[in-house]
Amino acid sequence: MSITVKDVEHVANLARLELTEAEKEQFTGQLNAILKYAEKLNELNTDGIEPTSHVRPMYNVMREDKVAESLPIEKVLLNAPDEEDGQFKVPAVLE
Amino acid sequence: MSILAPYETVVGLEVHVELHTKSKIFCGCSTSFGAPPNTHTCPVCLGHPGVLPVLNRQAVEYAMKAAMALNCEIAEWCKFDRKNYFYPDSPKAYQISQYDQPIGAGGWIDIEVNGKTKRIGITRLHLEEDAGKLTHIDGGLGSLVDFNRVGTPLVEIVSEPDIRSPEEAKAYLEKLRAIMLYCDVSDVKMEEGSMRCDANISLRPHGQEKFGTRAELKNMNSFRGVQRGLEYEQIRQAEILESGGEVVQETRRWDESQGKTFSMRGKEEAHDYRYFPDPDLVRLHIDQEWQSRVRASIPELPDARQARYTEQYGLPSYDAGVLTASMKLADFFEESLKYTSDAKASANWIMGDLLGYLNSNGLELDQAKVTGQGLGEMIGLIEKGTISSKIAKTVFKTMIETGKAPQTIVEEQGLVQISDEGAILAIVDKVIAANPQSVEDFRGGKDKAIGFLVGQIMKETKGKANPGLVNKMLMDRLKS
Repeated sequence: MSITVKDVEHVANLARLELTEAEKEQFTGQLNAILKYAEKLNELNTDGIEPTSHVRPMYNVMREDKVAESLPIEKVLLNAPDEEDGQFKVPAVLE
Repeated sequence: MSILAPYETVVGLEVHVELHTKSKIFCGCSTSFGAPPNTHTCPVCLGHPGVLPVLNRQAVEYAMKAAMALNCEIAEWCKFDRKNYFYPDSPKAYQISQYDQPIGAGGWIDIEVNGKTKRIGITRLHLEEDAGKLTHIDGGLGSLVDFNRVGTPLVEIVSEPDIRSPEEAKAYLEKLRAIMLYCDVSDVKMEEGSMRCDANISLRPHGQEKFGTRAELKNMNSFRGVQRGLEYEQIRQAEILESGGEVVQETRRWDESQGKTFSMRGKEEAHDYRYFPDPDLVRLHIDQEWQSRVRASIPELPDARQARYTEQYGLPSYDAGVLTASMKLADFFEESLKYTSDAKASANWIMGDLLGYLNSNGLELDQAKVTGQGLGEMIGLIEKGTISSKIAKTVFKTMIETGKAPQTIVEEQGLVQISDEGAILAIVDKVIAANPQSVEDFRGGKDKAIGFLVGQIMKETKGKANPGLVNKMLMDRLKS
């Protein structure tokens, strides 16, 4: 499987990134190089090995249902681009 | 002939139910409703870099409980995945959800429509986090974001496309809501958004196996809204098909005030969520022991309770269905039976006077002050002859409004039935003496005249005379 400029455009669009033509070419090459590197894994014999989603053999890390203190509102809004009435103000989102 | 006649409607529902844990699914912020905006947030639910989500055990158990109550198989192993999308309601730019390993799958519930029982399949039930709430400033000047709801645990329940009409969709939702309430995993209030429903709907000619092109309906915020939205949409699609057109696969928004659905252009951009396992959350293993413990916490569910009421108490299936539609009502009924053995009488008082009062005053059961014990005791007073059924109506209304015991109300208001033969006889004689014409009429063959005389006697006693005795003694006197 190899990545085309079209794939890069699609992913960039999903990530809300604007790329120049040169960047598209550059990232297509880089992404293909990464995929090729990962393809090395295909050389391993994985017969009889269960697929896994995590590298650590841990499971069931959980907490009890207890309410902890939230952040004070001034700190919550510290990184807000803009605010109004204690809320984050963002460019208009159409329904 | 209806424009729908040549077609079969096919509906599948996706229902989101908020689980009523105290804290959020991946952090300790409170989930309580109605707090000032953004005051229930922290670096985890605000999606700050470097934070680690930790799963709330209670959320998992509520999801298991819900899945089991919907007859799903519980996954022994499952995981959490990231669903990636950009929208200001999601500060992380992804939602933690379950993609290919839902906690429950392969379930079903039975619904009843027009007296017929039908089984609706449940494809899957998975656990995920809720998103924030956007409000739009008038004039397109911007949108405001409140992240309090981010991280509230949700289960998404996906049905099979087994639903064939808007009525069935409504019955399915009502049954789902009742089951969630019985399991006590959610408040399930559509108006407050703790239960939300999206619908996939398509039409196909009768006999055709292949599904037609579907539309996805959003923004139906009430049971009635779901039914109306689907009713509108099936006619819209039938009209397109009848005129030789093709239904477009798209998302449509139900507008309650206009009673129409509208295409949501702009949201049509191909959904590509690029799911992948969330590396911050380890796998979930649900062993048999954990399953059994949660299964044991599920109470008797509505269908089982309905069946038991018909068997144990001999109630008609309809009555049993009304009583068990809400667990609180069913509990109220059973409480009353500790104080009376007349189940049918209790059912009649609940379905008639109690539900009638609640409906006409727009109240919920817990807003009424009457208890099951009170109703049971009142039925006992009727059985003993202390009060007549007619007087009981007044007593019951007072019980609903004040919560006082029936005996107290009867004493305070002097409502005890007059069953003293001497006292009744005196009144019977008085009424006979005062109404010679009616007595004449009756003796002349006009049976109706007796009704007038009984009425006069009841009036004299303010309705408190024992009606059986009044009838008997009046007849005796008139015939002698």
